[in-house]
Amino acid sequence: MMDIIMNISSAVFLLIGSFLCVSGGVGILRFPDLFTRMHAAGVTDTLASAMILTGLMLQNPDGLVILKLIIILLMTLFISPTASHALARAAMINGLKPMLDKPADHEGGMSSKT
Amino acid sequence: MLIGLYNYWVVVVLMMIGFYIVIANGNLIKKIVGLSIFQTSVFIFYISMAKVDGGTAPILAEGIKQYSNPLPHVLILTAIVVGIATTAVGLALAVRIKEAYGSIEEEEIQAKDNLDC
Amino acid sequence: MTSVFLLAFLVVIAVAIVRMRDLLAVSMLLGIYGLLSASFFVTMDAVDVAFTEASVGAGISTLLMLAAITLTGRSEHPTRHKPVLALFVVLITGCLLIYGTLDMPYFGSADAPIHLHVAPHYINNSMQEIGIPNIVTSVLASYRGFDTFGEVVVIFTAGMGVLALLSVVRRAENITKIDSINDSMHAEYLILRIVVKALIPFILLYALYVQFHGDFGPGGGFQAGVIFAAAIILYAMLFGMSTARRVINQSVIQFFAAIGVLLYGSVGVVALINGKSFLDYSALSADPVAGQHLGILLVELGVGLTVASVMVIIFFNFEGRRDVLQSQENNHKGDN
Repeated sequence: MMDIIMNISSAVFLLIGSFLCVSGGVGILRFPDLFTRMHAAGVTDTLASAMILTGLMLQNPDGLVILKLIIILLMTLFISPTASHALARAAMINGLKPMLDKPADHEGGMSSKT
Repeated sequence: MLIGLYNYWVVVVLMMIGFYIVIANGNLIKKIVGLSIFQTSVFIFYISMAKVDGGTAPILAEGIKQYSNPLPHVLILTAIVVGIATTAVGLALAVRIKEAYGSIEEEEIQAKDNLDC
Repeated sequence: MTSVFLLAFLVVIAVAIVRMRDLLAVSMLLGIYGLLSASFFVTMDAVDVAFTEASVGAGISTLLMLAAITLTGRSEHPTRHKPVLALFVVLITGCLLIYGTLDMPYFGSADAPIHLHVAPHYINNSMQEIGIPNIVTSVLASYRGFDTFGEVVVIFTAGMGVLALLSVVRRAENITKIDSINDSMHAEYLILRIVVKALIPFILLYALYVQFHGDFGPGGGFQAGVIFAAAIILYAMLFGMSTARRVINQSVIQFFAAIGVLLYGSVGVVALINGKSFLDYSALSADPVAGQHLGILLVELGVGLTVASVMVIIFFNFEGRRDVLQSQENNHKGDN
């Protein structure tokens, strides 16, 4: 009984994680400029990796494995937002401005991306 | 039949892409990139040969009968690190060529050499 | 099944690299290529190789590529001549190679010639002869120790080659100047610096774990050396080269690179003096298995030292070259 509950909850976590990964990928392809794309990739990936790691922890409830996965999780929670921050900061310093919603040049969306 | 040789065919395709980059591009850095693609395709070739159906990673444990072949793993493990070290020497040479000729394009370097002699 | 898709992705990325003219994008794609091939190696049971490829292909190699591109310029000129001849040569060679693969034993077959020669000996006897679970480490450090010694010497030589090509004589910089450069970078890198300061001890600790756990799981001197070097390079990138040069003394690190090779070689010589073959570790102790353990520990330590030092030397010399070129350019501007 316990096994079944563990398996199902683990599968749910893994599915949510995979869905978030895919949605992040779609976001990278569909969003208009660097900052929104980075947002899509950065935010969903952090949550997705947390979900997938939780799912894996439920797969194998063994002390050492769980400890290792928790360490990986902590590392991801630190590194992923920092990497997004560094990327956005580098883009800003090099003069890439976020694309703002201006109805006037709506058709020429790429023009504001200088 | 088809799937049995799939890995080796992909290796050939990758190898040829790397080879193409080396002979068709004039940029020295791009050539080095081509060489490292070529190199990785050889790694994939060795590691594919080492795989045994139903085998596991070659770390001895209780209750496992079939292991994959550890020997190619050893050869490739060292080859990867040696590969990056030699790639670094190649990049260093490219940097020095840039300083001496002002360019890393093969044609421009050739043109400068022709002027000199 | 996963491996089929990973290989397909590899081909897609390789084609993208061919078509891309921006070298910055090419080096990023090469990093992705390295990470994907590492995942492929995991599906092929080659965990040690995957570990090495993940740290080298996706980590250090991208960094070195970027360091070189900053010195040489990032855009590639389009070639004027048509690459028809190149395409023709490549196609012919590819067809011949494909023809050659038709005689290969099928992927995964257990009775392929490669699995019948020495591999069964390693798998069946390494526990009695060497006494460590990770067969890859026992083959790497003991059965084929001489081979690995050669590889370490090649890495050392490559490091010396980079040193010969790129090293520059620099005068000692005064400390206040370094501090002012360091402070001027502070606001820009504040968040990165805080996070990285917290992470570097863990990275170094992990490298040591990989170094000494290599007997029991995936890992060993090569991987540990690369991870250790990655931590130092990370520090150098965020705190500036002049600060990093103060922390990591260049002559000391060159000394360490040589010490690693020397340690490896002298373990072999000690075995020779004790009346066994070169690098036969069973001569190191009364109990042959204990001798093997000791020998592998020392040899892996030598490998780790050399690899870490050589990677640091390579990166520092690329960056040092850039500093010199920039200051020369500034002087030229001042002259004009």
